[in-house]
Amino acid sequence: MTIPISYYLILSGVVFLTGIVGVLIRRNIIAILLSVELMLNATNINFVAFSDYFRDLGGQVFVFFALTVAAAEVAVGLAIIIALHRSRSSINIEEFNLLKW
Amino acid sequence: MTFSAGDLFLVLPELLIITAACVVFVLDPVLRTSDKDSLVWLSLGTLAVCMGLTASQMGTQTSIFSGLVVIDSYGVFWKLLLYFVTGLTILLSYSYLREERLYFGEYYGFILLSLTGMMVMVSAADLLTIYLGTELMSLSLYVMAGLKRKEPRSLEASAKYFVLGAFSSGILLYGISLLYGATGSTRLPAIASVIATHGFSDPLLLFSTILLAVGFGFKLAVVPFHMWTPDVYQGAPTSVTAFMAVASKAASFGAFLRVFVEGLGGVRTDWSAIFLLLCLATLVVGNIVALVQTNIKRMLAYSSIAHAGYALIGVVAAGRSEHSSGLSSVLLYIALYTFMTFGAFAIVAMLRKGTLEGEEIEDFTGLAKRHPLPALLMMIFMVSLAGIPPTAGFIGKLYVFRSAVEAGIAWLAAIALIFAAISAYYYLRVVMVMYMREPVDGTDPVPRLAMSPALSIVLACAVAGVVIFGIYPNPLVNLALQAVLTLK
Repeated sequence: MTIPISYYLILSGVVFLTGIVGVLIRRNIIAILLSVELMLNATNINFVAFSDYFRDLGGQVFVFFALTVAAAEVAVGLAIIIALHRSRSSINIEEFNLLKW
Repeated sequence: MTFSAGDLFLVLPELLIITAACVVFVLDPVLRTSDKDSLVWLSLGTLAVCMGLTASQMGTQTSIFSGLVVIDSYGVFWKLLLYFVTGLTILLSYSYLREERLYFGEYYGFILLSLTGMMVMVSAADLLTIYLGTELMSLSLYVMAGLKRKEPRSLEASAKYFVLGAFSSGILLYGISLLYGATGSTRLPAIASVIATHGFSDPLLLFSTILLAVGFGFKLAVVPFHMWTPDVYQGAPTSVTAFMAVASKAASFGAFLRVFVEGLGGVRTDWSAIFLLLCLATLVVGNIVALVQTNIKRMLAYSSIAHAGYALIGVVAAGRSEHSSGLSSVLLYIALYTFMTFGAFAIVAMLRKGTLEGEEIEDFTGLAKRHPLPALLMMIFMVSLAGIPPTAGFIGKLYVFRSAVEAGIAWLAAIALIFAAISAYYYLRVVMVMYMREPVDGTDPVPRLAMSPALSIVLACAVAGVVIFGIYPNPLVNLALQAVLTLK
């Protein structure tokens, strides 16, 4: 018995929405970063599910690249957050008000 | 998956630039501060070589690396524009970083990395390569925006850019994954052929088109996805702002048009309706909010948002008619926008108040008296941005409006014309402040322009583009027409 493709789509949709809501309502930059990761992982679920459905390896190759890019993104993001914390002693996005948000 | 040595030769410019970037990163820590100028010459030399290589590819039409990358006139057009902008950015940064006392050699490495990402974006024929190019461009830009590590504003801009950039990449990637699900491939030609046979019945396809539009909307800074733009443009070092406002926008337009015309061309009437709404919102918000800005970097940020709106008119026109004039007018508009916006930012970057940047519009008071020639150039850039003849800005708007009339949406051109008239107010206010207002004698340090030979070259190139293409645009028009012919 195989799991229908729609189940995967529903799962990825729920994970993606969780990520979007997280980015929009969380105030801590680390939490926002984690929410973005959730969005990217929802994408990976989609790619693997469709790849299996089409019997096409292209989707899984895409996942490898997406994972690598996500890792690079986190590296840059954390570096920025550390620099920010050094200068402001805070990573709460509401306290960053030098520029009109 | 096979590829030949010939494929590698065709991507030689990209390889050379990424090698130069690596060399810069390695040399930077071992060079003494006084020797770091050599990194500038290395970067500029690489750009010059690559410009020659890419120009020789004009007119070729080959798909390489199993269809991941395509070398065609369309890509060559954007690449030449990007080399030009990058060269100007490096020259501008050379003076700017000195004035700011930032001696970071790796800065030039990030510019080159970002350029590589943009080049991949505009020559990609697969959503995978487009995504990778976008990310390489954006990740380098996040770092560059936070270059002034000691200044909280710069870091704040970097953090905001990062959060919203990563968010928009997530949306773009989700759209790509759904498009893969709807069509079974990430290759643009394969997607196009599936859409041609199956039509637009699939809800997945509709949803993925919307997500792609949102993802690219962030990158292009189109209303309502523009809220990061003014903050980031204001906080980032001005040389980086100029690079972002011009190069990153050009590359995003390049990739965006290729995806929507080559991949989703079968549903052009549907996406044209989406972009019509975005275009109207962008014209209204960009121009109206720019009216009330007092900081010139913020004002230019809203101006760049508004200009994306004018370019979108060409996109909407391209979606409504098979005629290629819509697409070529977008290419022409962005190329001309490059000259005037970069020139304006170059002057803003060099306006100093004591040791700080003078970035309020008030700081331009009486500039015409102290620096007559730069003030004249600033006036030319402002007049061109407002779209007044005989400047490049007028030619750009003329072609975009003409394509709108040809596509049967003359009313959109009329609305845009009204907003162009409104925009003249905030552009000419800068001119008025420079020429009409007397400088006040006070205790504040008097704003001055920090001129240097490198900056003079930048300004000369920018003003030459604005004036020459304003009077005789034919070469650029023909180049843009030739470029869009390769887009199917």
